[in-house]
Amino acid sequence: MRSEGQIHYPFPITHYREAAMKWETVIGLEVHAQLSTRSKMFSGAATAFGAPPNTQACEVDIALPGVLPVANREAVAKAVRFGLAVGGKINRRSIFARKNYFYPDLPKGYQISQYEMPIVQGGAIGIFVDGREKIIRLTRAHLEEDAGKSLHEGFHDFTGIDLNRAGTPLLEIVSEPEMSGAQEAVAYARALHALVRWIEICDGNMQEGSFRCDANVSVRPAGSDKLGTRCEIKNLNSFRFLERAIEFEARRQIGILEDGGVIEQETRLYDAARDETRSMRTKEDAHDYRYFPDPDLLPLEVSESWIGEIRSNLPELPQARQRRYQDEYGLSGYDAGLLTQSRELSEFYEALVRRLAGFYKLGASWVLNEFMASLNRAGLEIHQAPVSSERLAGLLKLIADNTISGRAAKEVFDAMWNEGMDADSIVEYRGLKQISDSGELERICEEVIAANARQAEDYRSGKEKAFNSLVGQVMKATRGKANPQQVNEILKRKLSG
Amino acid sequence: MALSLDDVRRIAHLARIGIDEAEAQAALAQLNDVFGLIAEMQAVDTGGVEPMSHALDVVQRLREDAVTETDQHALFQSIAPHVENGLYLVPKVIE
Repeated sequence: MRSEGQIHYPFPITHYREAAMKWETVIGLEVHAQLSTRSKMFSGAATAFGAPPNTQACEVDIALPGVLPVANREAVAKAVRFGLAVGGKINRRSIFARKNYFYPDLPKGYQISQYEMPIVQGGAIGIFVDGREKIIRLTRAHLEEDAGKSLHEGFHDFTGIDLNRAGTPLLEIVSEPEMSGAQEAVAYARALHALVRWIEICDGNMQEGSFRCDANVSVRPAGSDKLGTRCEIKNLNSFRFLERAIEFEARRQIGILEDGGVIEQETRLYDAARDETRSMRTKEDAHDYRYFPDPDLLPLEVSESWIGEIRSNLPELPQARQRRYQDEYGLSGYDAGLLTQSRELSEFYEALVRRLAGFYKLGASWVLNEFMASLNRAGLEIHQAPVSSERLAGLLKLIADNTISGRAAKEVFDAMWNEGMDADSIVEYRGLKQISDSGELERICEEVIAANARQAEDYRSGKEKAFNSLVGQVMKATRGKANPQQVNEILKRKLSG
Repeated sequence: MALSLDDVRRIAHLARIGIDEAEAQAALAQLNDVFGLIAEMQAVDTGGVEPMSHALDVVQRLREDAVTETDQHALFQSIAPHVENGLYLVPKVIE
């Protein structure tokens, strides 16, 4: 028995660390992205989130006899848009199939999906882990419809069914099992999340279930190229749960294998409260979906000209933008990658450097360091940031033309963030302007040398350390407003004279 | 391909159809007749013929993405056996 609240590992953690060296975790993800259409995949009912129960479920969605599905053009266009964005193959002709299973929130007794001929095949997504890029290949992406929601709480002996979500268009995006470890899986999920939002096919709201992950996890002896038996973990609705569920599951499987056991292929559910996965479907027939082409739906055909039109409407994609930042702006691959992790961040940077008309590296450094750090500290999204790209540009101009020192700039930035003023006003009222009058600086340097005769002597007799102390004294005397390079130059000249 | 009685019971279970022994026997005979017909069709040489996924040689018509349905849940729920707060109630299901 384990005590309440204590994290329970199925295998002693110290042994696990040794054992983990011998095993390799392999992960493939299936992501369900709700396509942001106004109406459903096969009916004209609304898809808006949060409506009163069953007010957005029409005859087609609740599966009354005699109804027929008609596919939503926009959902198809968004699927094609995704396929083009990941460099996948768009199947000119794809087929809708019925996936049969019984559950009360699936009134037809089958989900309309795509099986043998999905709309998108192949493609790839680049991820960054520990500063290195890795390419994760996609198997496929297919169109399907969402199920309704079952509410198990609050009804004695009953389950409440809300079919508002039933029929909402989904794009199921399936990766190859190419991620090794939870960190890579999370990086992939984040990259995919950023991409679907970047190309505006999904709002990415994980709390509302617009973007949901299932993880296929298996382990194998390190170095082996044969995949182990996998378990599927369902319904991971945050990146944190995704990471923890995979970590738990890998440990569980390694524990079983180390004890000479066998992994059984099954569907498991992650319990966030207990931080563990547990078996969900053990019945062997749970996966017998008896797919067959849906006779209610004709083959879906996408013309070359339509694909061309969708392609021409794609925004500049993260990878292309990343390359442009490297080639044209001279940024490192790492910085360019970070700046293109989300469209909002990238647009912020674009707006900033447009105003600066250059200073790409300075801009990148400030966005990725001070700006992001402040954002994270305050727990804010980019659009909520108290410092706009315009204001940040105002600050960086003052650095670029040597009006203020780098050290003063950090103070100005904090003041901008907290007091909501522009950089010019803050520099003015705090008196942070760098001393550009070299005559005044010369005078201060002379005073410092006179007042610190011993250090000056030490420096002259070869003690380099003494010099730094003198620079420090000058900076102190100017309250940080002197240009350090200028101070170095003046002091050296005067000490050698 | 001929089905066994076990196949019939399994299919019935997957489709959540309750059948007794006599019904299973009858269904087995009927299903095997259907499979006999399929076997005849499969014997036809279809070499060089591109498979179709639908009997009609036309493609799916698409609709514009517009909300055309209004809220009719009160009407739909008037024939539901059990409703509460706008939800359909069904016997408790938890996996």
